[in-house]
Amino acid sequence: MSSLEIKNLHVGIEGKEIVKGLSLTIQPGEIHAIMGPNGTGKSTLSYALMGHPAYEVTEGEVWFKGQNILELEPDERSRLGLFLAFQYPVAIPGVTVANFLRSAINARRRAENPEDKGIAIPEFRKMLKAKMDMLKMDQSFAGRYLNDGFSGGEKKRAEILQMAVLQPSIAILDETDSGLDIDALRIVADGVNTLMNENMGVLVITHYQRLLNYIKPHFVHVMMDGRIVESGGPDLALHLEEHGYDWIREKVEELG
Amino acid sequence: MEEKPKIIVSSRSRRSEVIAKEFPFSQSDVRTPAALSEYRLRAWNLFQKQPLPDTSLEAWRRTDIHQLPADTFTLPQPNAYEDLPPVREDLLRPLADGQHGGQIVLLPGGAKVELDPTLAQQGVIFTDLLTAEREHPELLARLMGSVVNPEEGKFAALAGAFAQNGVLLYVPKGLQIEAPLHSILWGPGAFAHISHLLVLVDEGASVTYVHEAASPDEPGSNTLHAGLVEIQVLQGASLRFVELQSWGKHVWNFSHERVRVERDAQLDWIFGAIGSRLTKNFSELDLAGQGAQGRMSGFYFTDGTQHLDHDTQQNHLAPNTTSDLLFKGALKGKSRSVWQGMIYVAPGAQKTDGYQANRNLVLDERARADSIPGLEICADDVRCTHGATVGKLEQEPLFYIKSRGIPQAEAEKLVVEGFFDPIFQRIPFEGVRERFQEYIAAKMAE
Repeated sequence: MSSLEIKNLHVGIEGKEIVKGLSLTIQPGEIHAIMGPNGTGKSTLSYALMGHPAYEVTEGEVWFKGQNILELEPDERSRLGLFLAFQYPVAIPGVTVANFLRSAINARRRAENPEDKGIAIPEFRKMLKAKMDMLKMDQSFAGRYLNDGFSGGEKKRAEILQMAVLQPSIAILDETDSGLDIDALRIVADGVNTLMNENMGVLVITHYQRLLNYIKPHFVHVMMDGRIVESGGPDLALHLEEHGYDWIREKVEELG
Repeated sequence: MEEKPKIIVSSRSRRSEVIAKEFPFSQSDVRTPAALSEYRLRAWNLFQKQPLPDTSLEAWRRTDIHQLPADTFTLPQPNAYEDLPPVREDLLRPLADGQHGGQIVLLPGGAKVELDPTLAQQGVIFTDLLTAEREHPELLARLMGSVVNPEEGKFAALAGAFAQNGVLLYVPKGLQIEAPLHSILWGPGAFAHISHLLVLVDEGASVTYVHEAASPDEPGSNTLHAGLVEIQVLQGASLRFVELQSWGKHVWNFSHERVRVERDAQLDWIFGAIGSRLTKNFSELDLAGQGAQGRMSGFYFTDGTQHLDHDTQQNHLAPNTTSDLLFKGALKGKSRSVWQGMIYVAPGAQKTDGYQANRNLVLDERARADSIPGLEICADDVRCTHGATVGKLEQEPLFYIKSRGIPQAEAEKLVVEGFFDPIFQRIPFEGVRERFQEYIAAKMAE
C-alpha cells in the first residue's frame, strides 16, 4: 500500500534544528491536516519531505512504497508518487505550462523505459484539455509561461493542474500563510475535493483554520516547536478555531 | 539626412612582448577582375597597412588574439574540398516546410548552387562569389565596400582583398519571396576561409535569407574564418536574415557585418553562435532612411574555453527610426562571452526609438560574461533604453522542476531553453528553431 510513514523525523537548516522528532502515517484515502502557530516547522516539514537541498535531515526515516525516500533525489520522490503543492510556486520563464507538464510526463516515461520517445502530442493535448475542463480552467492557460507573472490565484491553479496531471499517491499542500487569500484557498480546496480518491492520501499544512471549512480532514494534528503535540478528528480544528492554541501550549508546558 | 557615426579609437600603443605574426598572403592571392580591381587593391593596401589589432584598442580590449598563428594559414586551392570532410548532412536539411527557394553550399575551393528556376526567371540572383564575378561584375562592384569600408579593421580589409567564397543575393523591385534562401559555408581543414556576402533587397521586395557557417571539430589544428557581410535593404523592402555559426572549436572567427536599412524598410536579423575557439564579430545596423526599422536578436552558447565577442551597433541616422536588440547568452565551463552594444543617434534623428538588452546565464562558476551597453545620443527628442544582466542558475527553480519528477540535467536544460525562448519566438521557421534547439541540447549534454 502506498502509505507515507514519517518516523521520528529531525530536520535542520543551517545547523539549527527546526523539526524535532515528528512521526505521522498517512494512508491512502485519508486527508490529514497539520495546523499550528507560525514558526513551528510546518513548511520545513513539507520541503524536507520533498527533498529540498537546503534542509538537512539529521535523524529519522520516511517510508513510501517500500523505500526510505530520504535517500532519494526530489525527482525520484516525485516519480514514486509524492507531490508537493508549493506555498510559493516558482516562476519558470520561457517554459509554458503545457511544455512543463509534457516534460514531467516524459521524465516519468523515460524513467520506466529509457528508450521511450515521449508522449505523442495529440494524446498529451487531449489529456491536458480533459484535466483543464475538469478543473474549469481556461485552455489559454496552457500556453502561458509557468508561474511567470501569475496572480496568487493563478499560481494555485497551476499547482492543482500539475497535481491533476501527475496523479500522485501522496499530495502535500503547503498552505501555511495563504489563509488570508480566500480565493486561493477555495481554488486549492476545490482542486483537492475534485481530485481526492481512495488511492490518494493528502497532507494539508495550514496556519488558519479557515482552509478546513473547505477541505474536510479526517485527522487534525497540531504542530508546535517541531513536533506533533496533539492529534484528533475534525472536531479538533473547530476547537482550535474557538479557543486558539494557548490551551495546547499550556498542556505541552505542563507535560514538558 | 545621413551621417556616419564617428568612432574615435585611441591609438595609444602598449609595449608588446610578442612580435605580431603576419599572414603569409600576397598580392598574387588578390583576384582583380576589371570591375573589382579598384576595391580589392584598396582593400589589399589597407590590409598591408593595418597591424593585427591588440588589446590596446577599445574594441579589442576584452579579446586578446596574440596567440593567433597568422603565419600558418593558407588559402584553399580550387577543388580542395574533394579531399576534405564532406558537409554535415543536417546542414543540408530544408528549413521550412520541406523547401528552399535556393541553396548554396560554399566549400573550400568550390561551391554548389541551386536556385528555383521560377525565381531566376523573376530576376533573382542567388549565386556564389566566383560565379558572380563572371556573371554580375557591375552589381558586385556597386555593392562591395558600399556598406562596410575595408578601412574599418584588419579583418575587414583581409576579407575584402582575399575573399575566396561568398554569396551574391539580389531581389528585384517589389518581388515577395516566400520560401527561404539558404547558404552554408562549410570550412573544414586548417585553412583561411575568407568569405564575402553581398545582399541587395530592392525597393518593396521581401525575402528571408538563412546563412550558416560550420566546420567539423579538428582538435589541435587552427582554422581561420574572416568574413564580410554587406547588406542593403532599399526603400519599403523587408529582409529577414538568420545567421548561425557552428564552427569547430579550433576556428578563429572574425567578421564585420553591416546592414543598411533605407526609408520605411524593415530588417529582422537573427544571430545564433555556438562554435569557434574565438569569435570577434562586429554587427551594425544603419537605419539610414526615415521610418526604417531594425530588430537584432542574438543567441550564443559557449562551453570549454570558447571566447565569443559580439560588438553591436545600432545607428539611428534618420528621424522616426526604430531599433530593438535582444542578445541572450548561456555559458558553461571556462568559457567567456563579451557583448558590447552601442545605440548611436545622429543629430537630427528625432523621434528615434532605440532599445538594447543583453541577458546572460552563467551555468558554471568558472565562466564569465561581460556585458557593456552604451548610448551616444546627439538628438533631443528620442527614446532610448537599455539593460544588461548576468545571472546564474538558481537553486529554487531547479528544485521546483525536480519536484515534478524531472531529473537535474533535464531540469537545467528546461531552464536554459526557457531562457532562450524569447529569441526562439523571433525565429520565423520551425526548421531553424529546431537547429537552435538541437544546438542547445548538444551543449547541455556535453
